[in-house]
Amino acid sequence: MQMQSQGGAVLAIPQALVTQDAPEASARTKPLVRMQHISKVYSNGTVALRNLNLDVEQNEFVSLLGPSGCGKSTALRLVAGLGGFTRGAIDWPTSTYDAYGKPEREVGFVFQEATLMPWATVFDNVYLPLRLKNMNRKAVTERVKSVLELVGLDKFADSYPRELSGGMKMRVSIARALVTQPKLLLMDEPFAALDEITRTKLSNDLLDIWRKAQCTVMFVTHSVFESVYLSTRIVVMAARPGRIVGELPIDEPYPRDPSFRMTPRYSAHCREVSSLLDKAMNS
Amino acid sequence: MSLENTLPLEGEAASDEAQTPPRRALLDRLLPTIAGLVFLLGWEGLVRGYNISKFILPPPSLIFTTMIAQRDALLRSLQFTATISLSAFCLAIVSGVTLGVLLTQSRTVERTFWPYAVAMQVTPVVAIAPLIIIWVGLDRVWLALLILAWIVAFFPMLSNTAIGMKSADHGLINVFDLYGASRWKKLRYLQLPSAMPFILAGARISSGLSVIGAVVAEFVAGSGSATGLAYMIIESGTMLNIPRMFSALTVLSLFGLTIWHITSAVQRKLLSKWHESELKQEN
Ligand SMILES: Nc1ncnc2c1ncn2[C@@H]1O[C@H](COP(=O)(O)OP(=O)(O)OP(=O)(O)O)[C@@H](O)[C@H]1O
Ligand SMILES: [Mg+2]
Repeated sequence: MQMQSQGGAVLAIPQALVTQDAPEASARTKPLVRMQHISKVYSNGTVALRNLNLDVEQNEFVSLLGPSGCGKSTALRLVAGLGGFTRGAIDWPTSTYDAYGKPEREVGFVFQEATLMPWATVFDNVYLPLRLKNMNRKAVTERVKSVLELVGLDKFADSYPRELSGGMKMRVSIARALVTQPKLLLMDEPFAALDEITRTKLSNDLLDIWRKAQCTVMFVTHSVFESVYLSTRIVVMAARPGRIVGELPIDEPYPRDPSFRMTPRYSAHCREVSSLLDKAMNS
Repeated sequence: MSLENTLPLEGEAASDEAQTPPRRALLDRLLPTIAGLVFLLGWEGLVRGYNISKFILPPPSLIFTTMIAQRDALLRSLQFTATISLSAFCLAIVSGVTLGVLLTQSRTVERTFWPYAVAMQVTPVVAIAPLIIIWVGLDRVWLALLILAWIVAFFPMLSNTAIGMKSADHGLINVFDLYGASRWKKLRYLQLPSAMPFILAGARISSGLSVIGAVVAEFVAGSGSATGLAYMIIESGTMLNIPRMFSALTVLSLFGLTIWHITSAVQRKLLSKWHESELKQEN
């Protein structure tokens, strides 16, 4: 089923990015990640995913939407290489593979909690991925500062996580995920713990960052509205066993701003996604 | 802080606030001192009022003058006891942290050796003191004392380090795994910092135990060759020189207090930036 919608997903790529990327257009025919027949059974016997097929195209913003326990987090973790799967294959057609057959995953991961090191400053938290890649602190100072600027926290480089609000911590977490300039940004309900106002603000900022950084985003959410507002494509999943029940391209232009939420097209998309989600819940 | 200034009438509520006003800090120091003085005065008064014999309970003034008269002997004994217990404490820190780290590197190793570490802890040190003294030889009693004090002080360091190493936040472990952190980097940048509060708490317990260990060991070793404060207490007892006994006791507890304060200060210094236990509440 994802084969049919693949064309839709390509069309849904924001106009701005298509024009910016025109010379590389041929590369886009290859998906960034290809998940084929993925099954994952946890050691306690829970079938978290069964026969999942999903292509993530370059530069798209794809949301995974579904009821609790349908394996959204599991799918995201598998793409990140955190934990193995029982059956199937995950390919990175555009990445190089090392001698052990491991793809060079250029991913950033934003977890539901900010997961910052409380003993380290904002700067050091964002520097962490580079430190783990043996990059000299002095050499990357500018780079860390520029991502902090991107998320609007350049003034807080020397603060400790406890001195920040929940929304600011999440921004640090996003900065940490972006600092390696990943091709794919994985986000697991990053705004779930935040209040409505902060969430709206961060959603807009995220779209901004996505366009500036020209990366691909896989975004897990519970919220129909959030997914319609953000995504180029929505993948709806059902639980027990976790699987994809359908997907919808959100073929709307970017930049999207809050006025998009007022349009009839937005409401139409929301209704469509909701009914698909209903089907997923009852199947 | 500004709240404090604008609401002078709410002195009581405000003085509980985070930015401890100097008045409050002064009171925190003053109150224990006053209590101590009252206690000493009461003691002095009681002894004089009831004419209690100095062979049973000497008055503080007599203890004080004895301390001055005996200061050379006291200092020499203090030096001995302090050397033993501080060396034992340092050994306990180094060996406890090292072994704690090694122990948690592999589950098999941990399961194999943990029971013996516990056995070492639950064995009352007095019980093996005679044996160790025999092994080491009476001509080197100091070494026997060192070993005994070390055994007593060692376990809190070991168990706290081991627990601390395993206390690293699961989300952060995921972050480190995501970037393919080596075992050494995980240790250096995640596990050790996470274990720090535990290690420091262990050091505080251990510092006190090293003094207790040194004293108990000296009690057991007894006869002439040991020349620390504990021996001075025994010796004074057999000579019925109770004021001298009390002065040795006083020096001993002052020494214990000093170590406690130093380790607390180190703990505060290292954790003040981030750990709950040392944060001033700012709600
Ligand atoms: N470590 C684990 N061990 C065993 N079972 C697990 C584990 N993690 C998840 N599961 C199970 O796998 C299924 C999918 O879990 P997953 O966390 O991927 O769901 P989810 O879609 O992210 O749910 P939510 O929206 O509540 O976060 C659930 O039924 C869950 O109970
Ligand atoms: Mg989840």
